[in-house]
Amino acid sequence: MFAESPLLSLTIWIPIFGGLLVLFVGSKENGGFEARVIALLVSLITFIISLPLFVYFDRSQWQMQFEEFVPWIDAVRVNYHLGVDGISMPLIILTTFMTVIVVIAGWKVISEKPAQYMASFLIMEGLMIGVFASLDAMLFYVFWEAMLIPMFLIIGIWGGDNRIYATMKFFLYTFIGSLFMLVALIYLYLQSGTFSILELHQFKIALTPQILIFLAFLFAFAVKVPMWPVHTWLPDAHVQAPTGGSVILAAIMLKLGAYGFLRFSLPITPDASHALDDLMITLSLIAVAYIGFVALVQTDMKKLIAYSSISHMGFVTLGFFIAFTIFESTGSFQGAAMGMEGAMVQMISHGFVSGAMFLCVGVMYDRIHSREIASYGGVVHVMPKFAGLLVLFAMANAGLPGTAGFVGEFMVILSAFKANFWIAFIAALTLVLGAAYTLWMVKRVVYGPVSENKVATMEDLSLREGLFMAILAFAVIGLGLYPAPLLEVMHATVDHLVQHIAISKL
Amino acid sequence: MTISDLHSVTIAIVLAPLIGALIAGLMSDAVGRKGAHTITITGVAISFILSAILFKYLVFEGGATIEQSVYTWLVSDGIVFEIGFLIDRLTVMMMVVVTFVSLMVHIYTIGYMAHDEENWPQESLAGRNSYQRFFSYISLFTFSMLMLVMANNFMQLFFGWEAVGLVSYLLIGFWSVRESAVYANLKAFLVNRVGDFGFLLGIGAVLMYFNSLDYMTVFENAELHKDVMVEVIPGSPWSLMTLICLLLFIGAMGKSAQFPLHIWLPDSMEGPTPISALIHAATMVTAGIFMVARMSPLFELSETALSTVMIIGAITALFMGFLGLVQNDIKRVVAYSTLSQLGYMTVALGASAYAAGIFHLMTHAFFKALLFLGAGSVIIAMHHDQDMRNMGGLRKYMPITWITSLIGSLALIGAPGFAGFFSKDSIIVAVGHSTVAGSGFAYFAVLLGVFITALYSFRMYFLVFHGKERMSEKSRSHLHETPWVVTLPLVLLAIPSVVIGFLWVDSMAFGDFFGSAIYVAANHDVLTALAEEGHNAVSMLLHTPISAPFWLALAGVATAYLLYMRETWIPELIASRFSRIHNILLNKYYMDEFASAFFGGGSRLLGTGLWRLGDMAIIDGLAVNGSARTVGWCSSLLRHIQTGYLYHYAFAMILGLLGLFLYFLF
Repeated sequence: MFAESPLLSLTIWIPIFGGLLVLFVGSKENGGFEARVIALLVSLITFIISLPLFVYFDRSQWQMQFEEFVPWIDAVRVNYHLGVDGISMPLIILTTFMTVIVVIAGWKVISEKPAQYMASFLIMEGLMIGVFASLDAMLFYVFWEAMLIPMFLIIGIWGGDNRIYATMKFFLYTFIGSLFMLVALIYLYLQSGTFSILELHQFKIALTPQILIFLAFLFAFAVKVPMWPVHTWLPDAHVQAPTGGSVILAAIMLKLGAYGFLRFSLPITPDASHALDDLMITLSLIAVAYIGFVALVQTDMKKLIAYSSISHMGFVTLGFFIAFTIFESTGSFQGAAMGMEGAMVQMISHGFVSGAMFLCVGVMYDRIHSREIASYGGVVHVMPKFAGLLVLFAMANAGLPGTAGFVGEFMVILSAFKANFWIAFIAALTLVLGAAYTLWMVKRVVYGPVSENKVATMEDLSLREGLFMAILAFAVIGLGLYPAPLLEVMHATVDHLVQHIAISKL
Repeated sequence: MTISDLHSVTIAIVLAPLIGALIAGLMSDAVGRKGAHTITITGVAISFILSAILFKYLVFEGGATIEQSVYTWLVSDGIVFEIGFLIDRLTVMMMVVVTFVSLMVHIYTIGYMAHDEENWPQESLAGRNSYQRFFSYISLFTFSMLMLVMANNFMQLFFGWEAVGLVSYLLIGFWSVRESAVYANLKAFLVNRVGDFGFLLGIGAVLMYFNSLDYMTVFENAELHKDVMVEVIPGSPWSLMTLICLLLFIGAMGKSAQFPLHIWLPDSMEGPTPISALIHAATMVTAGIFMVARMSPLFELSETALSTVMIIGAITALFMGFLGLVQNDIKRVVAYSTLSQLGYMTVALGASAYAAGIFHLMTHAFFKALLFLGAGSVIIAMHHDQDMRNMGGLRKYMPITWITSLIGSLALIGAPGFAGFFSKDSIIVAVGHSTVAGSGFAYFAVLLGVFITALYSFRMYFLVFHGKERMSEKSRSHLHETPWVVTLPLVLLAIPSVVIGFLWVDSMAFGDFFGSAIYVAANHDVLTALAEEGHNAVSMLLHTPISAPFWLALAGVATAYLLYMRETWIPELIASRFSRIHNILLNKYYMDEFASAFFGGGSRLLGTGLWRLGDMAIIDGLAVNGSARTVGWCSSLLRHIQTGYLYHYAFAMILGLLGLFLYFLF
């Protein structure tokens, strides 16, 4: 029954139309409450509708599943073509899951234009799912660019004092990056006559154009991940964004860039990926180590977590591109799949953990309106429940085994060891650095005597806050203790991807 | 017992303390203080009884090693990562020790933490249920430690390894209102992470060459990789086994506080005393020793690794002992003594006398837990004053604590017949027979260490229990023996501290107790050689009058008596005469200062530099905002040609036309 119903279209369009409905309801007098209720319902329905994607996913095959195909613009052969595999499906579930959390988290906090706020998140949810589900490059591009608008609004309207600088920086960075991708896609269309991503995977390209295409994609995706040195928009955007915006930005938007590498760069330009893998690995390691040190000295909690995100995303790109180095040093791609799967687990786990960390900062910010570490101290004495959860998420952020944060890093480090001892060595520095910047922050914020009168007035978690924090805590521990079900859906797709990139297109 | 019975038993052993921890921790208000300690003690007691049953099954009934997989954690690239148990004689001994000491500490905690609310500010909400939380943590620790020792693969070992680190972190910083405590727990976690960094790379090396993290698979194939060379540094090939063992040993150095990663352990004394006994003396810090013994099939293949292990252990055994001599805090003396004893165990591992090392681990767990809990009992009586300069003559007021502490000290210094005598002497003779490079230095270190150990132990003993009563009148009037929940564990720990050495030395150190659990290459096997020479419990006792350690220990006690009972002016004279050395010792060789300045300050400096210069000045300043400014500057130039005056445009048109005209003309 599920195979025939257009599940993907539903998960894309229900939140988008739901968002419009919320806007409509909220424009009425005192429509704030109704708007919130509708937003919650829409996000829950979307989440429930996305679950069959996981349950009925055929784990044994790598081909696209739940495919939908409708011709759209015949003249340039652009089609409304959707489908998911083991790479995109978990990310869609992550999106629908985190949107529910964000709606609950923003329930009371946003008093100004609540309907528009909720609507932006719902519309963005649909657009992001559209990015993950698109099998047509033009459709992908449309969703990709459209998604910027709600995020632009979220930071620009509900953001902090310096929001205009941050939104402009965010928009220009990502938009310029995307233009390179558009040029590459048009070039590919002119050469191959198709926008179908799956057909482009099979399309043969010479090395020089491959490298140019790879670099164009790299601009677009590296900005989104973000990779060093095009990462400086992220700390500013996070600092200015409202809590919900930060959560979606960290949990989902960054993954779009990483997803792009898997869907476009690696399969379409495998030889360029091979040729430039040293560059990618170097940039990833810089993200892990350099950014780790930078995170250490941040005084603003959101900046610290933003830098920590960049550092953790370094593992994702490392896991993707380590494959070729493994091949060069061992003569086979054995071990490459572990790196890629580790990177994908890292994407999901980082979604939970960074989302939770930003929510924690939000909870504190709502109380005394400061993001500065120095404003806090001794929070455990006034908010013991909150402190317990924060320490849990911090430990996950530091990659403690038994939490989600460990699984991906562990797999990527093991895989990197096969490629080169020193790559694993630098990557493993995160064990020390990640613990240092996260727990040093925890020490200054949570422990010690109650530092200021303001802190003394903070109240422990409300039921609503406790609810979404507890849900995330379950997710973080669940994924840490039993990651096998997540891995199972990836195997066939990743194995196929590794086989695909092993074959030169030249 | 059938296999499935055994499998249920192992699962129950692990889950009982976990369930206790979850209930006491998450439902602290509902269960209350009494509920919390009843539930956790029941859980740990179940674990202990079942572990004892398994011990009986494996050791006395000759049961076969239990290999059990519980569930598949994940599969990737065809490699299966499992959660599972390997219960052989080495494991089961550790299980019994861990659960027994843990049970004693649980009972003791009822007394020690009874008035914990006094340690918290009145308005602190975290102080309201601190009692329950403490029980939850120590039960969680028991679970983690069991996962560590019962693991059948490296991944789970690492899980337990870090989980005990987490609980240690939570417990060192338990009194989170104290700045010194939350500094100490961060330091402990980070220093341990440095060790884990090496450990994880070691696991990476194992996986790369063995394609499995399963102990059995790895150990069975270890011989095949004996001669594999790897070039970590291009141009200088290393033996694979040396690389793996050294990386794993870095992990052991962190957890078992070996020089130079020992710096976290003395600070960990900021935690409540029960956990100093359980975690930072008896069990967690011995995880590194256990791990190396578990990995004996790998370590036996690398002389370089064994030699490194031995030298690091010898440095720790001797130099940490020196530091114990100048401490005035009763817990810190015991802490440095723990470091030194861990050094002894490490030396044993380096000499391939794994069995002796593990045997010392076991006896040490009993007598060191006893000493810590005894110190804790003193601290309770002294109303949390830990300075030995304010004590003295306590034996009158606390007879049970006095006698049991004396037993603990005698066991520690290796008085003939006591537990430590057999285990430490086995190590010393084994090192004496070892031929590994560095064994000469190690032998000297462990011998001199005996004197030092006796000196600081009895310095503490005399300062606390004998001599002048130096406490204030007010403190004296409150002095009395601690309640039975405190003294009962002391008595129960004192018994094994006396008898367990004599009972087990023949089997564990010189016999075949561990069977196939520990592998020793024939040319390293000093213990078997000693056994063949007729070494056993009785012969060790008979040889006492002609053994150097005995006289060294006696000399240590005599010196302590002289310096701290009779001629009490001498220590001060020595301190002022040799003030430079005294200062170095007081400042712990300045290693903490170095670590915090170089690594702490250095990385903050590096971070600031990268951030201000790299991110803000170059990337943002030059590239991002710079290009924005460039665009702005270009536009400001272009703006000049868009003035809006008609005659400017007309003039430009005429110039243009003229230009075109000239171009076409020529």
